[in-house]
This record gives sequence, structure tokens and C-alpha cells, in this order.
Amino acid sequence: MKEPARLDIDAILDDRGTRIIVCCGAGGVGKTTTAAALGLRAAERGRCAVVLTVDPARRLAQSMGLSELDNTPRLVQESAGGGQLFAMMLDMKRTFDEIIEAHADPERARQILSNPFYQSLSSSFSGTQEYMAMEKLGQLRRSDEWDLIVVDTPPSRSALDFLDAPERLGRFLDGRFIRLLTAPAKAGGRSAFKLLNAGFGLMAGAMTKLLGAQVIKDLQTFVSALDAVFGGFRQRAEMTYRLLQAPGTAFLVVAAPERDAMREASYFVERLADERMPLAGLVVNRVHTSPAAALSAARSTAAAEDLESRGEHELTAAVLRLHAGRMQLAARENREREHFVTAHPTVPVAKVRAMSEDVHDLAGLRQIGELLASA
Amino acid sequence: MVDSPHTDWADVRLHVVTGKGGTGKTTVAAALALALASGGKKVLLVEVEGRQGLAQIFDLPPLPYEERRIAVAPSGGDVYALAIDPEAAMLEYLEMFYGMRRAGRALSKMGLVDFATTIAPGFRDVLVTGKTTEAVRRRNKNGRRVYDAVVLDAPPTGRITRFLNVTQEVAGLARVGPIKNHSELVSSVVKSPETAVHFVTLLEEMPVQETLDGITELRSAGLPPGGIFVNMVRESQLPQAALDTAVKGRFDAGELVLGLKAAGVADGAEANALAEALAEEIVEHARRTALESAERESLAAAGLPSFELPLLADGVDLAGLYELAESIRTQGAA
Repeated sequence: MKEPARLDIDAILDDRGTRIIVCCGAGGVGKTTTAAALGLRAAERGRCAVVLTVDPARRLAQSMGLSELDNTPRLVQESAGGGQLFAMMLDMKRTFDEIIEAHADPERARQILSNPFYQSLSSSFSGTQEYMAMEKLGQLRRSDEWDLIVVDTPPSRSALDFLDAPERLGRFLDGRFIRLLTAPAKAGGRSAFKLLNAGFGLMAGAMTKLLGAQVIKDLQTFVSALDAVFGGFRQRAEMTYRLLQAPGTAFLVVAAPERDAMREASYFVERLADERMPLAGLVVNRVHTSPAAALSAARSTAAAEDLESRGEHELTAAVLRLHAGRMQLAARENREREHFVTAHPTVPVAKVRAMSEDVHDLAGLRQIGELLASA
Repeated sequence: MVDSPHTDWADVRLHVVTGKGGTGKTTVAAALALALASGGKKVLLVEVEGRQGLAQIFDLPPLPYEERRIAVAPSGGDVYALAIDPEAAMLEYLEMFYGMRRAGRALSKMGLVDFATTIAPGFRDVLVTGKTTEAVRRRNKNGRRVYDAVVLDAPPTGRITRFLNVTQEVAGLARVGPIKNHSELVSSVVKSPETAVHFVTLLEEMPVQETLDGITELRSAGLPPGGIFVNMVRESQLPQAALDTAVKGRFDAGELVLGLKAAGVADGAEANALAEALAEEIVEHARRTALESAERESLAAAGLPSFELPLLADGVDLAGLYELAESIRTQGAA
């Protein structure tokens, strides 16, 4: 197998020009753990780092010595070299509420916050989380209190939702549909539907049938109240998007050596290139290796069969079977990685071997950091 | 291992399969559909997240929004697949219930679906679950159900309760009107004994924790939990006594040296080195196994029937899928 370039994690962390690291990839590949481990390693190498996580397992918060993470960066530890590690978890509803409160007068803010559509939008999982993660990232970066922000992306339906968020928001706000709903306010209170042509009338009927009159009314109130507020929000989302394209950002695609995760990783790498986002490399977590790699699966199986047929050394035979299974797994994982490397030969790769235990504390995160840097 | 078949699932028509990302939720859903179809049944396998995972697993070109036969089950039986596209589901809904084909197209062109999914994902979920439950309820001319069972490859564990609890999700948005009626119809299916929500997990800390949290959440929402499918279980032939000492970091390489020599794998210093390396591997394996047992016990606390599916050494291909289906059947889950 042609070995890909090695991903030099320490060079990225030590480069003061690196201001944002984005960990992205399919769900369940260890993105959040990777992000936390990178943050810790950066802090211990003298950076003032904040880890922004979107949906951590409680245990991960605990591993950083925090009982909870609450939308405000909390100090996790100060390192001997002057580095600091902060961590925070995104509370999307609170982040959203704060934007509304900051950009609308109190009366309008109250209207928006109590509208049922706002409540659905601000607490739902799909979409909003991505917008708010982007928003929070932008806020942290603008505050300039940290010289490195490590962020993991939301466990979306598709990892790409993260990149699509600003554009979808823009499309949403500029959409003719929104225009239609906001029309009454702009036509001096008269129903827009009456002013519009027959095609629109047909649609208005369809919408009322589909959604019910009350829903239409709530929607109109919501959209017109939000219209002014959202303009600024979209602008900032676009700023954050450009920030992600800037040289100070490093994208790390995180994967596990399984077909689905590697396929998603490939897809993501291509997408980042399309969006002109700076890709630093691929991290492959949970790679199985063997201390006895010299003994191949085939030889191990043959030897086990030999012992079994003779009815001798049962224990050794069982050990050889186990080893064969492990080597087979390693070979399959290798093939998955190979596919990726063939398709993307210039992308640097770091491998992190599978751990027999989950991460429970900073020591565990530190160990992952070491594996990442030495991979 | 539970050896009695869970025949109480014989009445279940809708099998919802959820799981944390990376646990193999789609694979298990596909294997379950094959298992349920075997013996001449007709099963619909539904995908809702637009990732074409079913097409990949069955090695087919991308599936359209259309029920089509994709596999033949062991000893006869058909698996049909449907990839639900929310936009198409909305158009179909408008046409079916309101006879509005043209208006629907116009709405769609204007970005209604984009709008609805952005502003209120609950709407999208109602459309998707609505289409699924329609397939569950659908009867042919003789009044018999068209599908013996429907298997839904659902969103991940963290989102499953919201996804299924559609009435709750749209209640604040639509207090009256057709959406509300529609969501109540969906709810009458998903909250009935005809539905079972299965969790796919690995024997690892985070997926197990998420599974237990998911089950609690599901129960408090009044939704019916089904079984736990423990995926990618690695079998070990090692005797328990050997594992017990290995877990403490001790494993006698001496016996391995003799065994390796007897098998002609290695000799002399090479045999010693290899035995040491294998011993190291066994210690690691024993620790992993001990952790897995602990996770297995945590899962047992949920009080749900549990099924174990083997890790397929060569990955999930079509043959592997049939192997998993067979395993599901022999364990009595289908």
C-alpha cells in the first residue's frame, strides 16, 4: 500500500496562525473526543484553547473535570507553559434567544420569543444546531479571547449540513415563500393573497387547506417579526463562512476505518475542496493493530487448524484463532483506508489505534493526543 | 442468551430501528427486514434520511421514491424498499388528501419544503412518519394488509423520541387543522402495540449509555420499546479462566511457546517473542471483554429482550446480511 503523507498534528497546533480547527465527519467516529484531545494538547503546548462541542456525552464533560457544559467557556486547566484549556457546550436555544434579544427591540423580541414557530425552530435539532454552531464559532473568534478554537460539528443527518447552513439560511430568507408570507405587512395590512394573481390565490388556498388558518397567521407574525432581525444574522453567518475559508482555519476530517465512515470522509474531502475550505488532513480513529503483526491471518488460522486436528494445545489454538480474527479485521480496515488514499493521495493521514477502554479523564485525552501526534 | 422466541412481536407491524451513529443501524434494519420476510412474507424496508444507505447495503443504484422489490428472503418472501423523500411525500400527501397536484407543484417550486423543514422540522417528520404508517395500515382489496411488516431505518437514538412523538412536536404549531389530524393518525399507529422501537448498540460505553437514555426517553413519551440489538459482537474461544488471569495483566506465554512450536509456526527466540506479543494481545482482549461484560449488564437493566449479532470479519456484504438475518431468526427476534 502506498503510504499517504503523515498528518503532523503538532505542527498545526504549534502554528500560532492556526486559529480554528474544525473536526468533521460521520456520527460515531469520535469527533468530539478528537476535538477535546486536540484542545488539551494545544493547551499543554502553550496555546490558549477553547473546545466548542455541540453534543458531548456526559462522560466527555466529566473527562474534562466539568460536571456540565453550559454555553459559556469554562476553564478546564491551566498548563505549566502558560497554556489554558477552556471547554463549552453549545446551547442552541440560548444562543438563538441571545441573538434575538441583541437585535430586536424588547417588544419585538418578546413577540418572537413567544411565537410557537420560533420555539419549534429554536429547539429543534435539524438545521438550527448548525446555524447556532456557526454563530457561536463566529462569536468566540470575534471575542479574540482565545488564540485557538477547536470545534466539532453537529451529529447531523449529513456532516455536510454544517457547511450548508449559511446558504440554506440565506435561501430560506430570500425565498419567495417568505416573501409571500411577509407580503401582508408590506401591503399595509391587507391580505397579500388578495392582491396576487390567480396562481397565487390557488396556492393560498392550498396552504390554508394544508396548514390551517391559525398556522398561517402564526407564521406571518413570526416571519415579519423575524425579518429585520435575521438580516444581521445572515450577514454574520456569511462572515463565519468566509472565516472558515481563511488560512487560519484547519479542517480535520475524522473517520473510523469502516466503509460508511470512510465513504463519508471521501465525500467530505471533496466537498471541502469545492467550497475552497482549507483541509489539513484525515484522522482515522479506532484502527486495530496487533503486537504480533508478523504472524498473518492465514498462517495463524492454518496453525490453529493443525493443533485442533491433533487435539493438542487447545489454549494456543484458541489464541491463534483470536489473532487470526484480529489480523483479518486489521486487513479489512487497511483496505478501507487504501481506497481513500488511492482516491485522495495528497491528503495527509493520522491513524489512532483502538483503545481497549473509553476515555474518562484528562489523562485519557492526553493519551489520545499523543497517539494523534505520533501517528 | 434468551432462547425462547419473542412471539409477542408476532403482532408488531412496524419495527422502528434506531441507534447511535456508527453502530450499524441501517445494517440491522436490513437484516431484520430479511428475517421478517423469510418464509413467504412481504416486508417493506423504509429509509428516511436521504442518504441512500439501503442502496449501498444491497449494492443497488440509488433508490427512487417508490416501493420496489430489492431482495428475496431465505425460503421465499420479498423485501421491498422505499426511500422517502420529504418533498415527494408532501406532494403525494397534497394530492391524496386534497386532490391538489398542480398547487402542490407550485408550492414545491416556491420552496415550501425548504421552508417547512427549516422552520419546523416537526412538519417534515410528520410527512415521513405519515408515509410510513400509511404503508403499515394499507390493505388490499380483500381487506388484508399489503405488508406483513414494515421496518423503518429511523433517525439516530438522540433524535428518535422527537421523531416519533409527532403529535407533541406539531401540537404547538398546529392546534387544529389537517396537520394536527394527520399527526394524530400517525400517533395512533406508533403508540400502539403494533409498533416496536428497537435499539442498535455496540458493547461500548457511549452507545450503551445513549441506548439506556433513549429507552428512558421513549418510555416517558409513551412509545413502545422493542428489543436491543447488540451489534458487532466478537466471539472468543478462550476459556474464562484464561481471560480472568489475562485481565489482571498476566498471561503465561510459556504454554504458547510450546503450542507455537508444536504447530511449527516459530522456533527458538522467535517463538518466545511471538508468544510474548500474542500474550500482550490476549491481555488487551481480556480487558476489552471484561468491559463488554459490564456493558452487557448495564443493558440488561433496561429489561428488554436482547439479541447479539456477530462482527462480520469481511465487513457487511450481501452474504453477511443474510448471515445476520439468520442469526436474528434463530434468536427469535423474527
